[in-house]
Amino acid sequence: MRPDQDPVIEVEDLAVHYRLQGGALARLLGLETRTVKALDGVSLQLGRGEVLGVVGESGSGKSTLGRAMLGLAPATAGSIRYRGHDDAEAQLVSAMSPRALRGLRTDVQMVFQDPGAALNPSMTIERAVGDPLVVHGLASGAELRRRVHEALERVGLSPVERFASKLPADLSGGQKQRAVIARAIIMGPQVLVADEPISMLDMSVRAKILQLMLDLKSDLGLTYLYITHDLASAKYFCDRIAIMYLGRVVEIGPTAEIFAAPRHPYTQALLAAVPDPDPTRMLPRDLPRGEVPDAAEPPSGCAFHPRCPAAFAPCGWEARDLRDQLERYWAGSGLADYESDARVVGDLGAVGTHRDGGLRISTRDPDAAAALLDRARAADVTDPFWRGVTGWRTESDGVRIDLAPGQEPRLRVAPGGEGRVEVACHLHDPSVSHADTPGP
Amino acid sequence: MARRVRTPRVFQTIWNTQGLARYLFLTGVLITGVFVVFALLAPWIAPYDFAQRSVDGVRFPKLAGASGEHLLGTNDQFYDIFSRVIWGARTALLVVGLSILLSAVVGVPLGIVSGYTGGWFDRITVFLMDALYSFPSLLLAIVFSFLLRNAIGGGILAAALSLTAIYIPQYFRVVRNTTVAAREATYVEAARAIGAPPVTVMRKYVFGNVVQSVPVIGTLNAADALGTLAALGFLGLGIQPTEASEWGYDLSRALDDVSAGVFAPAFWPGLAIIALITGLTLVGEGLNETLNPALRRRRLRPVVLTPREEA
Amino acid sequence: MTSVPGDPSQPREVVLEAEDLRVWYGTERGPVRAVDRVSFDVRRGEILGLVGESGCGKSTLGRGLLGLLPDGAARDGALRFEGQDMLSMRPRDQYAMRGARLGMIFQEPLTRLNPLMRVSDHFTETLRAHEQGLSGAEVERRSLEALRVMGIPPTRYRAYPHEFSGGMRQRIMIALTLVLRPAFVVADEPTTALDVLVEAQIVRTLHDLRATYETAMLLITHNLGIVAEACDRVAVMYAGRIVEIGEAREVFARPRHSYTRELLRSTITLSTEGLEFIGGSPPDLSEPPPGCSFHPRCPDAMQICATRAPRARITDAGSRVSCWAADIADGAPVAADLSAEDRSPLTTEEVLVADEA
Ligand SMILES: Nc1ncnc2c1ncn2[C@@H]1O[C@H](COP(=O)(O)OP(=O)(O)OP(=O)(O)O)[C@@H](O)[C@H]1O
Ligand SMILES: Nc1ncnc2c1ncn2[C@@H]1O[C@H](COP(=O)(O)OP(=O)(O)O)[C@@H](O)[C@H]1O
Ligand code: SF4
Ligand code: SF4
Ligand SMILES: [Mg+2]
Ligand SMILES: [Mg+2]
Repeated sequence: MRPDQDPVIEVEDLAVHYRLQGGALARLLGLETRTVKALDGVSLQLGRGEVLGVVGESGSGKSTLGRAMLGLAPATAGSIRYRGHDDAEAQLVSAMSPRALRGLRTDVQMVFQDPGAALNPSMTIERAVGDPLVVHGLASGAELRRRVHEALERVGLSPVERFASKLPADLSGGQKQRAVIARAIIMGPQVLVADEPISMLDMSVRAKILQLMLDLKSDLGLTYLYITHDLASAKYFCDRIAIMYLGRVVEIGPTAEIFAAPRHPYTQALLAAVPDPDPTRMLPRDLPRGEVPDAAEPPSGCAFHPRCPAAFAPCGWEARDLRDQLERYWAGSGLADYESDARVVGDLGAVGTHRDGGLRISTRDPDAAAALLDRARAADVTDPFWRGVTGWRTESDGVRIDLAPGQEPRLRVAPGGEGRVEVACHLHDPSVSHADTPGP
Repeated sequence: MARRVRTPRVFQTIWNTQGLARYLFLTGVLITGVFVVFALLAPWIAPYDFAQRSVDGVRFPKLAGASGEHLLGTNDQFYDIFSRVIWGARTALLVVGLSILLSAVVGVPLGIVSGYTGGWFDRITVFLMDALYSFPSLLLAIVFSFLLRNAIGGGILAAALSLTAIYIPQYFRVVRNTTVAAREATYVEAARAIGAPPVTVMRKYVFGNVVQSVPVIGTLNAADALGTLAALGFLGLGIQPTEASEWGYDLSRALDDVSAGVFAPAFWPGLAIIALITGLTLVGEGLNETLNPALRRRRLRPVVLTPREEA
Repeated sequence: MTSVPGDPSQPREVVLEAEDLRVWYGTERGPVRAVDRVSFDVRRGEILGLVGESGCGKSTLGRGLLGLLPDGAARDGALRFEGQDMLSMRPRDQYAMRGARLGMIFQEPLTRLNPLMRVSDHFTETLRAHEQGLSGAEVERRSLEALRVMGIPPTRYRAYPHEFSGGMRQRIMIALTLVLRPAFVVADEPTTALDVLVEAQIVRTLHDLRATYETAMLLITHNLGIVAEACDRVAVMYAGRIVEIGEAREVFARPRHSYTRELLRSTITLSTEGLEFIGGSPPDLSEPPPGCSFHPRCPDAMQICATRAPRARITDAGSRVSCWAADIADGAPVAADLSAEDRSPLTTEEVLVADEA
């Protein structure tokens, strides 16, 4: 947010946790069910008239953040403060009554990812677009008709007569998305939460819808929360960008600075993954391995560490990292190696966490296990995992592996960048020692 | 993206179905249509009233054979069989129609509210409905008609209400399950996002999209309801002969005569039951096939590649 | 990343060749000309990208090549695969060929994997169906090798599909397709349902695969960037026809056809500085416009475009393109015959803002 902007919405330490339904037996016995931390301590401010991009892979909590802004996702902790018009009192969204929440929704509106699903299949476009006014009792009869037609024209669905009486099934994807936008702007909202508004549209339609959103912004003075997984459109469209990973903001700052000098390894990875049709700009790229982990069991320390190419000692290494490391080793080595090793570590069942910290491999042949570690390390010494291993030694019934203590990186102002970029990564934390821990 | 053509009207779709399915459906419509005509025009078609045993003070004969006065003869209660069969169509369609309507009127809203609100209310209703559903339906109907007979007597309404109780769970289950799915649909979330209160969401956004399966359940239930009604009558628990003409009752009364060698009093009501059940089943299956997307088959139009024109 | 294994000066043999291929659907509105007179070939170990707007016939072409068409559809023309004529082949021979020599990779991997079968069972079933008499050890060796190439560790061989993430499932699907070592594979938007990073990983893997398997591939995608990164050549499809086909670098660096150029311009990339788009929407393929089917939307359209379809022409760079404006710009001989009247700009009716796909 620029200093000259006052915030419309302030999100502070927001957490949204979903309790997952366990198996039938677990529920019957009242056992502990797993929770997903869809959002886990997110703070950000949405300045009046700005476009804030929220970028991340699926499951990073982008949609949950957008839905929480409208009170559609229940906040587990933290607060969302909405400051409507300039003179209005700030209101706490998370503490609103259902009635007050419905009132909020004249000011904060939403555009959805799948235009085919966002419209009631059995309502005509005219009724669907006018329904917010009907629901809030703001217009009826000729006035309602006039305002619906005005909104449809505003989003380019003209001549209105051609579209008004159609059902959603009769419109193309782009046209449906225009109708969804018309419905969102008809009450004259302040803020529009756009959840991946173009990602399900045909590529030749995307630019048109983005252009429409830009026009609406300048004509109606809208503020956008633009949720996307596509950095290219975010770069063009947003003033500021927040990068999210597993329920947290890992980097946030002005678009230009994020793109000129991405600081967080995850941001760098996302940028490297944007495919570019221009052959002159195609570069060989380093991509992080693996995929977004299960949000119900996030990795310890920095949640990105299993995929981070720059991860080092304090990033939070744990037992599954060693299992992944061995799997990667076997995927690269021959089958014969795998078969003999599997006898020693029993298909990874033997790798666990030691009672007093560190890891252990329980086996009757500790020397073979230690040899396996040697081989795995030698096969890829540069792998970040080995930076977290401080050493290992054989014991009577296994091998004990010592790890550097992990800690969680916090979002802090990044050095340089005039203090406008915040990043959550140990690499950019001066208080963390950056000396790589040498292996045994 | 392919533009979807607007779903054609139901009857056009049915008309367009081909082969055996179409003839079966048309046969069903024809049979049911005949009975509908009987029901609507009963006073004009039937020579006598359903509870009439005499004309101009002259009592009808008992178990008379077919004759000019009594087209199909009379039964052991001195009723005119032809008149009873015609009037019976009115009873049957009235009871079946009423019970289906009532069970839909109760089952659909209950299903929507239960599915949409969830929580303990949902759990309790689902439990109750499942309990009702797992009960043998005839047994349930018997229990209800016993209870209702004391309260409102043994007429058409009582019969319809006992059948209603059987079919409510069917509407409830289907509607509730579609509602649970619809609750997660984006357009329902969108309705909440524009600030619609729950009642509005259910009425405007959920209702229209979950009732689509109701007509199908209705037509499929009709035949079943008719069978249950006849069974109730057969057991003497349904409609009393003085309240309305009911085939099942007549059939049960006539069974003794069959052993005595008189077939007409049992044959005609029995035939009526079988014919109408068949007709309703054919209509129901036909509608199901065209209305139920899971069973719908796309019509094939083999394409003919025209010769290439030289550029 | 763009180097092709083998000696580039030695043209590799053609695996699949389509000539004047048509695939039409029958509908109530008459025939839909989803693929109309398409010609191209694919060589061993080559990835041919196929791009175009939605509804231009990409999937139809992909399925048509394998004979996976719904009832009521028909195809004609010529289609040769490893020298055999596919169109006159008996259905059961075609059936035997699919899977073994011809493969297909779909968009949603989960719907294609049986949730009750282990990964190992999927491989066993696939291998045994096409190669009778394989020993158990041989099946396992081949399967693990295919999985290894796709980056799935051997420890997961006996896991169930639901135990994998979306990207891993798609890798397993690809491994399942490649384990039979087909000569030609159609991949219809294999990464569209995946996350950006995973998509990039898989595109990378597909690109590297050619060296190991020498499989020719038709890669259908909406994403021009993916084509630029993974494909050797690219075909641009519009309204059922291939309007331009050539080396991917060449086509993207110097698009000749107006549609290719407009498509590239309307793609939002990291270097986008202003939004551009093509007005209107692709035509209804049951009544394609006369002449060049792109003329109602083409900014370069001339009088001739509305009446005469442009002929295919091989450019100096070796691409094949069908566009009058390109003919004129390149000074092709046909352009010389065009009158001033023919070349005068076509005045099109104003296209509506929302007339879009
Ligand atoms: N089974 C079918 N019957 C009739 N028409 C069809 C059928 N399948 C596709 N079509 C039509 O054929 C044309 C081409 O469709 P196709 O699916 O090949 O397009 P596509 O280029 O793959 O589009 P997308 O990018 O959306 O996947 C469209 O006009 C479509 O409506
Ligand atoms: N209603 C819900 N119930 C349970 N888990 C949910 C729910 N909504 C989202 N989640 C989980 O929360 C996490 C974040 O989801 P979401 O906000 O949709 O991410 P994104 O939009 O970035 O893809 C995911 O792991 C998702 O599975
Ligand atoms: S803290 Fe930074 S370096 Fe460490 S794993 Fe996380 S992103 Fe990578
Ligand atoms: S032939 Fe004409 S209308 Fe078609 S793309 Fe070329 S210039 Fe445009
Ligand atoms: Mg989302
Ligand atoms: Mg397709």
